[in-house]
Amino acid sequence: MTGHLEYPEPSTKPHRVLDANGNLVDDQTSIDDDVGFLEEAFKAMLRARRFDERLLKLQRQGAIGTFAPIKGQEAAQVGAASTLRDDDWFVPSFREKAAMLLLGVEMADIFLTAAGWNEGLAGKKGDRRLPETVPVSSQLPIAAGIAYAARLRGEDTVAMVFFGDGATSSGDFHEAMNFASVLKAPVVFVCQNNGWAISTPRSAQTASSTIAQKAHAYGMPSAQVDGNDVLAVRQVVEEAVERARTKGLPSMVEALTYRMEVHTTADDPSRYRDDDEIEAWRARDPITRVETFLRSRSQIDDAMVEVLEEQIQDEIDRAWAATKTRIAELEEQSDEVIFDHIFEDLTPPLKRQRKDFLKTGRGANDG
Amino acid sequence: MAEKKDRAPTMVDAINRALHEAMDSDETIVVIGEDVGTNGGVFRVTAGLKEQFGKDRVIDAPLAESGIIGFSIGMAMNGLKPVAEMQFSGFSYYALAQIENHAARMRWRTRGAHSVPMVIRMPYGAGVRALEHHSESREAFFAHIPGLKIVIPATPARAYALTHAAIRDPDPVIVMEPKAVYRTIREDIDGIEPAEIGVSRTVREGGDLTIVSYGAMLHRALEAAESLAADGIDTDVIDVETISPLDAAPIAASVEKTGRLLIVNEAPPSFGPAGEIAMRVMEESFYSLHCPIRRICGWDIHVPFFAREQAYLPSVDRIVRAARDMITD
Ligand SMILES: Cc1ncc(C[n+]2csc(CCOP(=O)(O)OP(=O)(O)O)c2C)c(N)n1
Ligand SMILES: [Mg+2]
Repeated sequence: MTGHLEYPEPSTKPHRVLDANGNLVDDQTSIDDDVGFLEEAFKAMLRARRFDERLLKLQRQGAIGTFAPIKGQEAAQVGAASTLRDDDWFVPSFREKAAMLLLGVEMADIFLTAAGWNEGLAGKKGDRRLPETVPVSSQLPIAAGIAYAARLRGEDTVAMVFFGDGATSSGDFHEAMNFASVLKAPVVFVCQNNGWAISTPRSAQTASSTIAQKAHAYGMPSAQVDGNDVLAVRQVVEEAVERARTKGLPSMVEALTYRMEVHTTADDPSRYRDDDEIEAWRARDPITRVETFLRSRSQIDDAMVEVLEEQIQDEIDRAWAATKTRIAELEEQSDEVIFDHIFEDLTPPLKRQRKDFLKTGRGANDG
Repeated sequence: MAEKKDRAPTMVDAINRALHEAMDSDETIVVIGEDVGTNGGVFRVTAGLKEQFGKDRVIDAPLAESGIIGFSIGMAMNGLKPVAEMQFSGFSYYALAQIENHAARMRWRTRGAHSVPMVIRMPYGAGVRALEHHSESREAFFAHIPGLKIVIPATPARAYALTHAAIRDPDPVIVMEPKAVYRTIREDIDGIEPAEIGVSRTVREGGDLTIVSYGAMLHRALEAAESLAADGIDTDVIDVETISPLDAAPIAASVEKTGRLLIVNEAPPSFGPAGEIAMRVMEESFYSLHCPIRRICGWDIHVPFFAREQAYLPSVDRIVRAARDMITD
């Protein structure tokens, strides 16, 4: 007898509020109450886009090192991060600069890190906006542990963790999803499915119909959302945050988006993808969509956008100037700080090595 | 050294008592691992904790080592003090990435904004006729990582003292527990103070030769010292109970007295702790050496299946022969 094996097909209709042209998908819905949010989101996304562009320019000039651009993913990040409270935990991968900026991470600190200085990650003590994570998916079990600790300590805070489509193939993704579900940790798993993991397309990454469906194996609810629709993302993630906050339980959101730029500045996408694909996604640009909508509602006009652009450029200029000043200061200091913070107290072998370093390394004592 | 008393605690009892005391005095401490709760751990090290402190603080984790360590790192970053158990050290490698990339690095990369005060306990080592993958001695893996402390107790009292010390430490500490000693020695632990991590201990004094060891092999080194004493060869025996950061000062001081250093451990010799100990002594006391430093270790092979595991481990005889050669050369 056959017919025992089956595929329960998941839903593949992502939640969407505004279409690519900035029109309401369902003209029965009213988003009058969300216009204020959309205006803020527009500003935040534009700010992130311009900052990203500056990073790219600086990298091409050799002023900073390799970094991962966010162009095209602003809505997924701003929509999701906009649902966090100040005391919630933000656990990013390496491509969350739009979310970081929204959550108050200083541009100058991001510049400083990108320029190769450890001090860029020196947050405030116990800062709940964690720094970027480079090893793909390794931040996921950590986020689950953070959330579990919050619950055990009687807080109603949540942990929101970001990762890509590629990350969902790794063991840590599955382990984290399972731990969060079994041990009941208030985590919001936000996957930005941007179609690519460097040169590996989504289709070669997993045979799952959706990434969202992976949550079901862990008894966890999930949803797909148009990741270039900032309000849709916010609505879906808000539901996940609410579930985490009030019930202490995890959920997963798959935001369908696209990386319009290089993977990192060390990458050449022409080797693996066509310009046609990029063009197709350009038509679904998350910022244009909101701008069109806001203009149609006369919430913004040319003059306002121009002022906004100037303000943003000015902020970025000031941040970069501050970064250069900071770098000049750091270059004056002894490099012996590289030994700091390996442990709370330096161990005797490290004290000896630091002494050797001061005698022979590039330190302040150099003649 | 270890007093043999019928009712005195074994190493398992000693660690268990330390965990009870610590959890009782500090409610941020949580224990997590495979089968640590209801079952009390496969070696019974965590027995009774769940009954006393509840399932939220004594977490029976899903079977995933990277998940256990990653989850623990998160708990440590958010105000808890996790004591994570790797059921056997041979399976801890799944968690090596979390340990290297996050536990050991978080304080440094955030310039002190975050820290990972956690303990990772793992039974390790050969000698108990265990299944494949259950007998390795890979302390060098961990000791090579900056930002980690590695301790290895050799007796119940030292296990008690080091477990307390590891829990109090503000940074990640790995406690490798020599399972060959889990139940073979009984020792009084009343009144034992928490250890000072980073201190090597002289456990026997003599003037002719310095033997350095740790873990289960310390007992073979001591047995060798006994038999050498019968021949009139007096041995300093030093227990390096902290592998990293290594305290070489007492070893160097001893070598300055004896002029001879023999290192005994069960890890494979190449690129292992014995090489590091030798190098540190060369740096500090080279001119006191009367003869080349020697090491008696396992071999650069996988630990054989248990019928032949004693062929792998340093025997008392090998230690005694090496020591005699060094004296007569
Ligand atoms: C564990 C690990 N393996 C490989 C890499 C190198 N690497 C960096 S990003 C990346 C692709 C990640 O893809 P995805 O998760 O989809 O995130 P995206 O880059 O698209 O944001 C790879 C392979 C890494 N950083 N970490
Ligand atoms: Mg991707």
